[in-house]
Amino acid sequence: MTLPTKPIPQATPLSRSYWEAAAEGRLVIQHCAACGKARHYPRLLCDACYSDAVEWKPATGAGRVHSWTVAHHAFHPGFAGELPYTLVTVDLDAGVRALGQWKSVGTPFIGQLVQGRFIPRDDTADLIFESGQD
Amino acid sequence: MMSLRDKSCVTGVGETVYMRGSSKTAFELQIEASLKAIADAGLTPKDIDGIIPVGIVSGTADDFIENFGIPDMRFSAIIPHGGASPVMALQCAAAAVAAGVCNHVLITFGRNVSAASNKAGARIHQMPQFHFVTEFEYPIGAIAPAQLYAPMARRHMALYGTTVEQFGEVAVACRKHALLNDNALMKKPITLEDHRNSRMIADPFRLLDCSLESDGGAAIIVSASERAGDLRQPRVYISGVAAGHPDSPGSITQRPDMTSLGIAKAAPRAFQMAGVTHDDIDLTQIYDCFTYAVIRQLEDIGFCAKGEGGPFVENGRLQLGGALPTNTHGGLLSQAHVWGLNHIVELVRQLRGQGGRAQVENAEVGLVSGYGDMGDGALAILRRG
Ligand SMILES: [Zn+2]
Repeated sequence: MTLPTKPIPQATPLSRSYWEAAAEGRLVIQHCAACGKARHYPRLLCDACYSDAVEWKPATGAGRVHSWTVAHHAFHPGFAGELPYTLVTVDLDAGVRALGQWKSVGTPFIGQLVQGRFIPRDDTADLIFESGQD
Repeated sequence: MMSLRDKSCVTGVGETVYMRGSSKTAFELQIEASLKAIADAGLTPKDIDGIIPVGIVSGTADDFIENFGIPDMRFSAIIPHGGASPVMALQCAAAAVAAGVCNHVLITFGRNVSAASNKAGARIHQMPQFHFVTEFEYPIGAIAPAQLYAPMARRHMALYGTTVEQFGEVAVACRKHALLNDNALMKKPITLEDHRNSRMIADPFRLLDCSLESDGGAAIIVSASERAGDLRQPRVYISGVAAGHPDSPGSITQRPDMTSLGIAKAAPRAFQMAGVTHDDIDLTQIYDCFTYAVIRQLEDIGFCAKGEGGPFVENGRLQLGGALPTNTHGGLLSQAHVWGLNHIVELVRQLRGQGGRAQVENAEVGLVSGYGDMGDGALAILRRG
């Protein structure tokens, strides 16, 4: 029996640089090349200066927990075997927010220092977070 | 600026039987509800000259022109904001009839979620407005609305001390009201303890915090006020109506304040248009995709300060006999989930005095909210003529 497959992100011209870096284990964040404002998820225009010029800057993946949830019900068969799993929303030091899977023991707490990185699976890489060092 | 106050009335309402496992298509359910609403108003299908099909899951305006043989349709619109769409459609219809573009606008919705392709997890990832969520959140396991909303609710609990018991107050009020409604899916009473013991879906949401999956259709007719007097039912005026969107509407994760809602921007506009205050509101129908969403909206609508929604709903305040009867039909939590068009239907019935066993005594002014796409909001203040 084959396991049900999990969804895979469909990159767009806007986001291709993000996923190419992710496949190499690097987190990059889109910045406006005109005024420098960071934005996530990737968008066409800078909402501060309306420039469409883009620069991709590396981010460390360090940040603090903004919120979290523990999924106890599989709304997609690809995740049924992982229940319960925890999703964590993180304020990255890079100035934007990201959602990832929590890979440390127990549940995170709001304000907790965390470290994010990519782990490869199938044809993509998942952003995960672990408890960081204060 | 011209105000829409009292320029339009809701003149007809209709609903199908709500159920699970309907053999009818979404469009068949939508047609059935629409014919009921048209008959309720005392109109014929050919009188309809404006149409707003809610969402893109069932019939289009063209489908209605063809099936009804509408000879001179003058206006149509699509409003792509999920559960906020029905109340946003009220605003759109009120503007259309107030401007003289058309006379009678049909707002209509139907859904059959029993079909396998329509399960909760699959639906939203086919909708263009969720493309950020689909690309960045769905692949790591943020699949269904419960999982997307849960971090918002968790943060509200952490910041303000909102409790599981307060979530339960909302669930219990809706269930109590559903027991008075023959067309409600849920027939069994529940207690705060039942809520607390129901199985966890996405922490902090338990089963009894989540709205129902159901099949059915609902429809309403919005008519120009000067046309409403000739019709069958007592007048129910649209006195104030407004819509609002949160910053970064495409993903809760990316919202500067994760707990912010578009309805906070809309509420002052609707109250000002209607010329009423919160004390004038006799009852509310609040979009209840989750119990938490009711608490959060009551705050942003201004019934209490942000963070005080939990204590506000305690001690049965939302129940019939309480200070602010809410979701007197049972809501999405206990009646059925038709994107909140049933909330408008119920408010209109209440203001006509047709609320049956759930009738709020002397209901003159009521408020209905819509909430969709994780934070888009709308509200309308209706009053009996
Ligand atoms: Zn810029």
